[in-house]
Amino acid sequence: MTTGPRPAVGSIAVEATALEKQFNNVRAVDGIDLCVRRGQVFGVLGPNGAGKTTMLKMLATLLSIDGGSARIFGIDVAARPHEVRQLVGVTGQYASVDENLTGRENLVLFGRLLGLPRKGAAQTAEELLAAFGLADAADRQIKQFSGGMRRRLDLAASLISRPPLIFLDEPTTGLDPRTRGQMWDTIRQLVRDGATVLLTTQYLDEADQLADRIAVIDRGKKVAEGTPDELKASVGNSTLHVRLEDRTRTADAAALVARVLGEDPVLTPEAGGLNIALADANRAADVLIALRQAELGITTASVRQPSLDEVFLALTGHHTSDADQNEVAR
Amino acid sequence: MTPLLPTRGAAARPLAPRPTLRDTIDQSFAMAWRALIKMRRNPEQFFDVTLQPLLFTAMFTYIFGGAVAGSTAGYLPIIIPGILAQTTLTACMATGIQLREDMDKGVFDRFKSLPIARIAPLAGSAIADLLRYSIAATLTILVGIAMGYRPGGGILGVGAAWLLTVFAGWALAWVFTWLGTIARSAQAVQGISMMIMFPLSFLSNAFVPTQTMPGWLQTFVSINPVTLVIQAVRDLMNDGAFTANVGWAVLGCSAVVAVFAPLAVRSYGRKM
Ligand SMILES: Nc1ncnc2c1ncn2[C@@H]1O[C@H](COP(=O)(O)OP(=O)(O)OP(=O)(O)O)[C@@H](O)[C@H]1O
Ligand SMILES: [Mg+2]
Repeated sequence: MTTGPRPAVGSIAVEATALEKQFNNVRAVDGIDLCVRRGQVFGVLGPNGAGKTTMLKMLATLLSIDGGSARIFGIDVAARPHEVRQLVGVTGQYASVDENLTGRENLVLFGRLLGLPRKGAAQTAEELLAAFGLADAADRQIKQFSGGMRRRLDLAASLISRPPLIFLDEPTTGLDPRTRGQMWDTIRQLVRDGATVLLTTQYLDEADQLADRIAVIDRGKKVAEGTPDELKASVGNSTLHVRLEDRTRTADAAALVARVLGEDPVLTPEAGGLNIALADANRAADVLIALRQAELGITTASVRQPSLDEVFLALTGHHTSDADQNEVAR
Repeated sequence: MTPLLPTRGAAARPLAPRPTLRDTIDQSFAMAWRALIKMRRNPEQFFDVTLQPLLFTAMFTYIFGGAVAGSTAGYLPIIIPGILAQTTLTACMATGIQLREDMDKGVFDRFKSLPIARIAPLAGSAIADLLRYSIAATLTILVGIAMGYRPGGGILGVGAAWLLTVFAGWALAWVFTWLGTIARSAQAVQGISMMIMFPLSFLSNAFVPTQTMPGWLQTFVSINPVTLVIQAVRDLMNDGAFTANVGWAVLGCSAVVAVFAPLAVRSYGRKM
């Protein structure tokens, strides 16, 4: 693909060093290093209040940088914001389109602002509306759009200038599973078309589905970075969740599981439930058989990927909910 | 599958270090287009510039007419320029409030993220609001004529008065625009704007002759830009005379722009 504005050549799309942002007494971003390669989908994973939005806004020139530095395709964000804005398409956490305008008018407005001639802006709007399945709703005011339609229009608006780098802040939060899947397909296609994507998410499975590389951030700091497989390996590939009929026997069950797996699993007993991290999903059967033989009855059993909470517990030693509490306490 | 990245676009061109003047003008007009669409969709935005001239002209003429000028007909040449100024002042108060509301909306984040001149959204709404001042001025004059006002200045005098009013509205709007950029919320802008608007419009020669006011008040009234504008509009509409008052009015309004436009642009730039 030939992108629109052409950045200086180089294989690094985003490079941030010791990025910092202070809000009154909250250090929202506290010394984050980041390196996103061209053509990559880079996922930033973190719970509420981790500093994801703040970091993205600094990189997109929407917030001033308090400490450290950032470069987009080698261009310094603080020193040359106007050039950076020509290279980045931003889709924020909350739709940033005009409520009073129709879908088409929004896209035409942004096209005109980006310097397209009248006809070019209209044609680009038409193409994007069709590509995002919004052609039928094109002449409705955004006020009457559903959440999913808003998100799609917002993303479409970010693509008008054909930016080589796209920022997506929690692109699927609040979408139903089907719309979420469509958004994932869209993101994959953007990458196929040659774009570099930096996205934030609260969901490990989303990062796993989309990202080539993931950074986990917590309270403004990066706590881990790696490929999805590396991250999951650090917490086990999957988690077996069982719930006991008799919750008083949780400790017995825990001991049994430890014996079967030959190593101490990370246990999170909660209301008669056990979360058992498994290096290999096939070991789930062994655990279930052992429980049956010991006559420890269960009400439910499920094998799934570790949740963000479990990744957090493994990486930081505290739950995501603790992060929220700390945020308040900070 | 069709590519999602549009095939037409800001065609491959080198990065611009900053927006050119030409870009800035185009972007401001694109913003003005947006503001005009919004006005069309929310006609209640026009209440202040349509209902107020109708109500106030009728009300003030019948209430004060006899007392101030001896008769309602004799009062019209005094009151119409006064209402003209007051309506325009109200219209430019709304400019600040709307700017503030706009800045708090999500779409502003997109404006900030686009490679556009930082001033474009502000300039766009300033351009679009000229329409509001024009409507206010036109309606007031028409209502006056309907009530029996026969401006002695003729077409030329009335036209010049109309132009001066619109310019004054645009100039004074910078005060409210500045307030819009520094206040915490749209409500705050509304409150402060009221506190500024009332003294400006009532502590003037808009409705009554100033001779009976105490000396200190007369001093304020005489330097109030609104007074200058009203005096100039009276000279133009009633006598068709381009007097020194007209010069003072233009000068006074220009002074307001010279002080408040840079203030507004600067504090706006910090948020943009
Ligand atoms: N404008 C602001 N003023 C003061 N504090 C702020 C501001 N914006 C963010 N914060 C604080 O900075 C921290 C990080 O916020 P941020 O919005 O970046 O988190 P996030 O990771 O995007 O969270 P979420 O998943 O909820 O969107 C939080 O503690 C938040 O309260
Ligand atoms: Mg966020």
